[in-house]
Amino acid sequence: MNVVTIIGFLVVLLSAGALLVFSLSGRRAQPPVFREIPAMSRLKEAVGQSVEDGTRLHITLGSGSLTTLRGAPGLVGLGVVRRLGALTALGDRPPVVSGGDAALVLLAQQTLHDACRAAAAGEVYRPEAGRLTGLTPFSYAAGALPVTRDEDASVNVVMGNFGVEVALLTDAAERQGAFSLAASDNLTAQAVLYATAREALVGEELFATGAYIGAGAAHTASVQIQDILRSLLIFGILSGVLLTLMGLL
Amino acid sequence: MNVLSVAVAITVGVVVLVGYFFPVPVLSGLRVTLVQWAMLLAAVAVFLGVFNLLSVHMEKIRRRQKGAIYGGVLVVSLLVTFLAGLVLGPEHALMRVLFDGVIFPVEASLMAVLAVTLLYAGARLLRHRSDWMAVAFLGTALFLLVTAAPLPGMGEIPILGDLVRPFVTQVLATAGARGILLGVALGTLTTGLRVLIGSDRPYGEK
Repeated sequence: MNVVTIIGFLVVLLSAGALLVFSLSGRRAQPPVFREIPAMSRLKEAVGQSVEDGTRLHITLGSGSLTTLRGAPGLVGLGVVRRLGALTALGDRPPVVSGGDAALVLLAQQTLHDACRAAAAGEVYRPEAGRLTGLTPFSYAAGALPVTRDEDASVNVVMGNFGVEVALLTDAAERQGAFSLAASDNLTAQAVLYATAREALVGEELFATGAYIGAGAAHTASVQIQDILRSLLIFGILSGVLLTLMGLL
Repeated sequence: MNVLSVAVAITVGVVVLVGYFFPVPVLSGLRVTLVQWAMLLAAVAVFLGVFNLLSVHMEKIRRRQKGAIYGGVLVVSLLVTFLAGLVLGPEHALMRVLFDGVIFPVEASLMAVLAVTLLYAGARLLRHRSDWMAVAFLGTALFLLVTAAPLPGMGEIPILGDLVRPFVTQVLATAGARGILLGVALGTLTTGLRVLIGSDRPYGEK
C-alpha cells in the first residue's frame, strides 16, 4: 500500500468524522452564515411565487448514472427534490421531476413521495410525477422539453450531470419566460449554462445548494468541511510552489 | 424497515469504500460482487424506467393533453422496436437500420439546433447579464473564435494567434478549470459521505 492511498483513506475517514460532529453540533447551534449567492435568493422567491400563481415546479436531474463518478450531482438534485418538493406539494400543480438515468428517476419518485408525505400531502403524489424522459443525453433533453413548454412550469431547476444538450432545456425555459436555476459538475455544461440559463451556479456552488435552501444540518456541515479541505488544498499548493521555487522539491 | 435499509446502505457503502482503499482478497471480492449487484439493479431500473415512460405517455393520450399525438408516436415506436428486438435480436440488420436511420440522424439534428441555440444565447447574453463577468466571458469566446480561424492569405494572426491565444487556453483556462474541478471533487466527496453516514437517504424517508 502506498502513501497516497493511506493519505486518501485518512482524508475520507477524517472528513466523515468531521461531518458527523459538525452535523450533530449544527442541530443545536446557530447555523453559520455563508456568503450570499443571489441565484439562491431568487430561487426561493421564484418557488414562492409559483405556489402563489398555481404554476408548476420542474426539477430535472440530468443523465449521470449513480453507479459512476458522475452520480454525485444527481444526489444533490435529489436533496433539492426533497426540500422544494415539500414546499410546493400543496400548490395547485404538484412538482414534476425528470431525468435521463433510470435508477436516478426511481429514487426521485421515492424522494418526491417522501416530500409530499412530509408536507401532509401524500395523496397528491402520482408516480408519473417522476419521469424517465430518455436514455441518451439528447433524447433525455428532447423528452424533458415538453414539461417546460406544455405543463405550465414557471420554475425550472436544472441540476445534475449534463453535456451541452442542457442548453436546449434552459433555452426552452427562457423562451417560456420561466425562471431557471442551473448547475452541473461538467465544465462544458457550466460554460453553456452561464450563457443560456437565467441563473447559473459555477463550480462547487452546486454542492452548496442544500445548505442554502435549508435542507438540514448535514448539508451545512458538508459546506463547512469543503471550506476546510479547500483551505488545506490551497495551503498545500502554495507550499509546493514555494518549496519548488526554493529548489527543495 | 427504515432502520434496516439504512443499515444495509451504510454497511455496503463502507465495505465498498474500504475494499477500494485496502485491496485485501476478501474485501476486494466482496466489493466486486456488491458493485455487480448494483449494476444488475441499475439494469432492472432501466426496464422499470421504460414502463414509466410508457405510462406517462399513455396517460397523456388518455387525457388528450397537449402533444398527445407525439405521445402516441412514441408508444407505437417503442412497442414496435421492443418487439422487433425481442424477435430478431439486437444484432439484426433491421435493428441497425433503426439506429443508423432514425436515432443517429435525429440526434445529429438536435446537435444542429443546439449550435443555433448557443449562437442565439451568446447574442443575448449581455441583455441578461450586464456585469463585467459576462463581458469577459463573451469577449474571451469571441477572441478565441477569431484567433482560431486563420486569415485568408495571412494564416495565423501574429502575436494574438501564436502567443496570446495559447496563454489564454493553456494557462488561464487550464488554471480556472483545475480550480473548478478541485471544488467539484471536494463537493463529490462530501455528498458521498452524507449518504455513507446515513444523513442523506435517497432510498427513502429522508
